[in-house]
Amino acid sequence: MKGSPRTDRNSKSSEKTTINVTDGTLIPLKDEGSLLTSWNIAFFGAIFLLILLPILSPDPYLRILSFVPDGLIATFSVTLVSIFFALLIGLFAGLGRISQKLFINRIATVYVEVIRGIPLLVQLFYIYYALGPLLRLKGPAAAILAMSICYGAYMAEIFRAGMQAIPRGQMEAALALGMSRSMAMRKIIIPQTIRIILPPIGNEFIALLKDSSLVSILAVSDLLRRGREYASTSFRYFESYTIIALIYLVMTLFFSRLVAMMEERLRHRGKVH
Amino acid sequence: MEKYIEIVDAVKTFGSVQALRGVNLTVKKGEVVLIIGPSGSGKSTLLRSVNRLERLDSGRILIDGESVTDPNSDIRHIREEVGMVFQSFNLFPHLSVLDNISLAPVSVLKKHKDEAIEIAKKLLAKVGLSDKEKAWPEQLSGGQQQRVAIARALAMNPKVMLFDEPTSALDPEMIKEVLDVMTELAREGMTMLVVSHEMGFARAAAHRIIFMDAGQIIEEAPPETFFTSPREERTRKFLEHIL
Repeated sequence: MKGSPRTDRNSKSSEKTTINVTDGTLIPLKDEGSLLTSWNIAFFGAIFLLILLPILSPDPYLRILSFVPDGLIATFSVTLVSIFFALLIGLFAGLGRISQKLFINRIATVYVEVIRGIPLLVQLFYIYYALGPLLRLKGPAAAILAMSICYGAYMAEIFRAGMQAIPRGQMEAALALGMSRSMAMRKIIIPQTIRIILPPIGNEFIALLKDSSLVSILAVSDLLRRGREYASTSFRYFESYTIIALIYLVMTLFFSRLVAMMEERLRHRGKVH
Repeated sequence: MEKYIEIVDAVKTFGSVQALRGVNLTVKKGEVVLIIGPSGSGKSTLLRSVNRLERLDSGRILIDGESVTDPNSDIRHIREEVGMVFQSFNLFPHLSVLDNISLAPVSVLKKHKDEAIEIAKKLLAKVGLSDKEKAWPEQLSGGQQQRVAIARALAMNPKVMLFDEPTSALDPEMIKEVLDVMTELAREGMTMLVVSHEMGFARAAAHRIIFMDAGQIIEEAPPETFFTSPREERTRKFLEHIL
């Protein structure tokens, strides 16, 4: 490539060892064929306990189980709506991060830096209490707003990294065929990006599902809050929080497997017809 | 023959590197011009300026009278008529071979999908890959990928084709299949600007050889005289290396 002496300094790649640790549950690899994988032990162990405990001692376990489904619905609603808006914000902020227009680039970058520098719990307090008199949002709406804004910043970095991982030649080939930059983005770059970013987005989804438990402090009756309500009236703290923990565990492990399966399918598309 | 591509005083700098220092070149309709030169001589930059993948610092480039370098010109329309083939093929990995070829005719030229597929099939037959319609790019060898890339460029029905080192990334046994397609194109009268060191292709198809060094055109001549009796010392030195 004669045209780009600019990239020469990258060619001396330092041979640093990098490790890859995510804050989601581990997305299982498919080739772990054995029944005794860590995923199987954790997932089926949790389900086993969730069935066994109510059978062995219906009071309080069965009572707890019948008390929390409302909370489950709230947890899922908050998570799904938040992830939807976070993806939307993330896509545009991610595009902003790679924009050649300085002004847009700065706005997107400052947003990402500021939001990622503030803990989610503080952001929840800020939107619900500090901006409460201004926004006048109810608990669930404030929770969704705060989580969307927060996770949007993380999603933006995933979108940015994903789009930057597409070789420059792809954009050049699209432009050389007469496509506009935005058409090339839509037809060439973003479809390829999605395949790359699906696993990290799945991870963010799982992390968001777990973080949604933070909204229980904003008077949202989510899974954790329902468990707390039961515990505080029955004084059965150990039993209540055991059930809550097991339910969260089953959910996150289930979704991590789902993400792994989706990733596998996307990987194979393009290799076999 | 009429002037088709006109490059006047092209200057381009990357940081402290002067890639082009005032290049003048005219290509006539139907002419096949081969650009050779050591790496860093600016030949790829020159080629990439013709469809404005690189913007010149100064100078101008006209294709069929339309300015490429004028910021107000409709560059997308110009690019529709200028096909480009890259060293690294740059096929779209998420699309089948047939979709790679028919995507731009459908989305840029607004051709009907069936018509675009029909054209794509004809072009695949032309480059000898009719059996690969439904294949994915990564299932193809390098030579096959490059032939699909040529078909993809031809699907826009371009008036000129640019080739940026089309065989440099290929294993030796695959070079011929790509050069055969290019030679066939040249024979059909396509206007071609080719950056390559393939001397076989130069002798078989090129009308003119341009030798570039340090951002300038040092020498140009028809292939017969260029290889047997180069005028310039620098050309001779370079030819000793590659012949």
